Amino acid sequence: MSTVTLAGTGTLTRLALRRDRLMIPLWALVTGGMVASGASSLEGLYDTAAARAEVAASMTANSSMRALYGPVFDDSVGGLVAWRFGTFAAVLAAVASLIVVVRHTREEEETGRQEMLSAGAVGRRAPLTAALLAALAVNTAVALIVTAGLAGQGTAGALALGLAIGGTGMVFATTAALAAQLTESARLAKGLTAAALGLAFALRAAGDSGTADGSSLLTWLSPIGWAEHVRAFAGERWWVLLLTAGAILIQTAAAYALTARRDVGASFLATRPGPAEGRLGSAGALAWRLQRGTLLGWSLGFLLGGLVFGGMVEGAADLVGDNEQAREIFERMGGQSALTEAFLATMVSLFGMIAALFAVGSVLRAHGEETSGRAEPLLANALGRLRWAAGHLVIAFGGSVLILLLAGLGLTLSYGHDPAPILGAALAQLPAVWTLAGLAVLLWGAAPKAATATWGVAGLCLALGWIGPALDLPQTALNLSPFAHLPKLPGPEPTWPPILLLTAVAMTLTATGLARLRRRDLLT
Amino acid sequence: MTKAISVAGLHKSFGRTHALDDLDLTVDTGEVHGFLGPNGAGKSTTIRVLLGLLRPDSGAAAVLGKDPWQDAVALHRRIAYVPGDVTLWRNLSGGEVIDLYGRLRGGLDKTRRAELVERFELDPTKKGRTYSKGNRQKVALVAAFASDVDLFVLDEPTSGLDPLMEEVFQSCVREARDRGRTVLLSSHILSEVETLCDRVSIVRKGRTVESGSLAELRHLTRTSVTAELAAPPDGLVHLPGVHDVSVTGLRVRLQVDTDKLDAVLRALTASGVRSLTSTPPTLEELFLRHYATDEVAS
Repeated sequence: MSTVTLAGTGTLTRLALRRDRLMIPLWALVTGGMVASGASSLEGLYDTAAARAEVAASMTANSSMRALYGPVFDDSVGGLVAWRFGTFAAVLAAVASLIVVVRHTREEEETGRQEMLSAGAVGRRAPLTAALLAALAVNTAVALIVTAGLAGQGTAGALALGLAIGGTGMVFATTAALAAQLTESARLAKGLTAAALGLAFALRAAGDSGTADGSSLLTWLSPIGWAEHVRAFAGERWWVLLLTAGAILIQTAAAYALTARRDVGASFLATRPGPAEGRLGSAGALAWRLQRGTLLGWSLGFLLGGLVFGGMVEGAADLVGDNEQAREIFERMGGQSALTEAFLATMVSLFGMIAALFAVGSVLRAHGEETSGRAEPLLANALGRLRWAAGHLVIAFGGSVLILLLAGLGLTLSYGHDPAPILGAALAQLPAVWTLAGLAVLLWGAAPKAATATWGVAGLCLALGWIGPALDLPQTALNLSPFAHLPKLPGPEPTWPPILLLTAVAMTLTATGLARLRRRDLLT
Repeated sequence: MTKAISVAGLHKSFGRTHALDDLDLTVDTGEVHGFLGPNGAGKSTTIRVLLGLLRPDSGAAAVLGKDPWQDAVALHRRIAYVPGDVTLWRNLSGGEVIDLYGRLRGGLDKTRRAELVERFELDPTKKGRTYSKGNRQKVALVAAFASDVDLFVLDEPTSGLDPLMEEVFQSCVREARDRGRTVLLSSHILSEVETLCDRVSIVRKGRTVESGSLAELRHLTRTSVTAELAAPPDGLVHLPGVHDVSVTGLRVRLQVDTDKLDAVLRALTASGVRSLTSTPPTLEELFLRHYATDEVAS
């Protein structure tokens, strides 16, 4: 590769780091800090070797826990940290990486900013290189914080965990680099990469729920599974990092090859002409047109996810095997049917928390229409703000019903039992999903400049629900998430008060946000 | 109702910025009204208030006799708007956007739409992301002129259009006026304003500094006079309304307030005139004077 194609990389990298001067350090601190501080909180929670051995055994015996976190490979404090936070931190690093890479490649081209930059002394491969370097900065920072923070538990393990997490981030950074070459839309590039990430997570979860030692082929197919297979603090298997490095190199090479062969702003998927006359006649139809692709993607993802996890239910309680201690714990947990229900409840709640991301994104789509200036000429027509907003909100609120039902349907189809309890459990997630969507509406209406902060709140709720219990956080902290208040379903009997109360909260937030939207200035 | 737009004492602040500071604007029904001012003067803010997208801090605004904030939706059925920077949906074709805007306004004239697409040489099948700047403007212009409305609000509508299309635009505006419609045209293209507008308002720093017909405004400005005389001039400098006098031999150049022109001509003929050129102020000069006034004053 000639160095001419890399001209200007240094300047572009500085530009990228300057633009992300808040996001990169914050994301690295939160991700790395969470893992690094995990040691002390787990030490406090399980202060004796016996307590740690017991939690390791019970967690490994529980297939829903394995699906979420993977098996426990070692019952040292370091081993428990790697088990509890490794997967989640790897996913967080991957999300940060995909956002950073698409933001500095396809998004720059889509908005036309790249054109002005590329008109300078900037090589053909420089923008992609700068974006990957920015992603490398995030992941290196995460790896360093993890390694430094956990060095007290054993240097080799700390380094292995840091590399595994940062390496997974870079795998998805290069996936995003590849997706950014293939599509013309930044949104689609992010969506494709997120789908790849979701698939990787589902493969690992499916593999781990089926085997107690991570030996399933499915986990070996997943980059997130590789992070687990490095076995930090459990007799590190350094060679697994070669798989990560290989994936990074192959994807980088492919992205470079594509970027050198295409026009700036163009993609390999060509644009077809559209109709000369349109049928769109209302704000609702327009909103549907704008969001239907996204909704379709989420629907497919949730249906597939449901099918995958539904297939794991049967095996969920069968894996206790001959381990005496595990059998004892298993009985204490309520035996076969209780374990199956717990597994289903965990999965349904995970779907709920992820559905909240859809709902928030869907509400913020309307906010994006406003900030991009497209809402202005639209609202200069005979179209009231409420009707315009309603078009998007129907999709946000109704779409979350649809995708949760599809996840429930997938679970039932492959689990093959009475569908009513599972579908009911899926729908019971809605009040919490709607509460977060309502928060997005409220912020959009009342403080539009802060509306995107709803992403942070939704992410925090996901984090609280996913790893919160292991951090020994007080219940008041866990209760910050609306999901903490929902009854665990399927289970004995649904408790109605929290469901009704959260629904009321969601409706109040939404109504207040809409009232404020009507009265404020349009963003210009 | 003879006033299509009447705005008095409009104030609007964004944080510490006073975008509109006591702005007045009156547009008569059936006229093409030029809305001029330097960048950041508050033209677009005013237009957004007139469209009910922004709520003024104080002051009164009436559009077609109604309150633009309260009656926004009802009013918008009678208004067509073209912004200066049209952003389209990436995956919708131009034709789809034209029809969407038309339907949201209460329908558009199919024949007229087809005719405008033809005249503006727009390919309506292209997707939003593939249009150039000028073509995006055309999408909004076709959508606006294809609908039968009472008021056209055009905010720098021709930015990015080529001269041929500028011509088409101007004839569309004239046709609208001939049908008795009102047009508020914000523009930096002075020739466009000069040929199209019956009256103009000039704003500066959120305040209206001048308003009237072009002839009236010209009257308030200076005419350049160059003359060759038979004898050296005398006492020209002391005449009222005379500025920037330069005399080289028998050649005189000066600026004079247009309403004081008569006295200057008398003084010149007294010295014997061999040749005389008198140039009325161009709109540019008018403009530059108004744009620069506050700078000098402050």
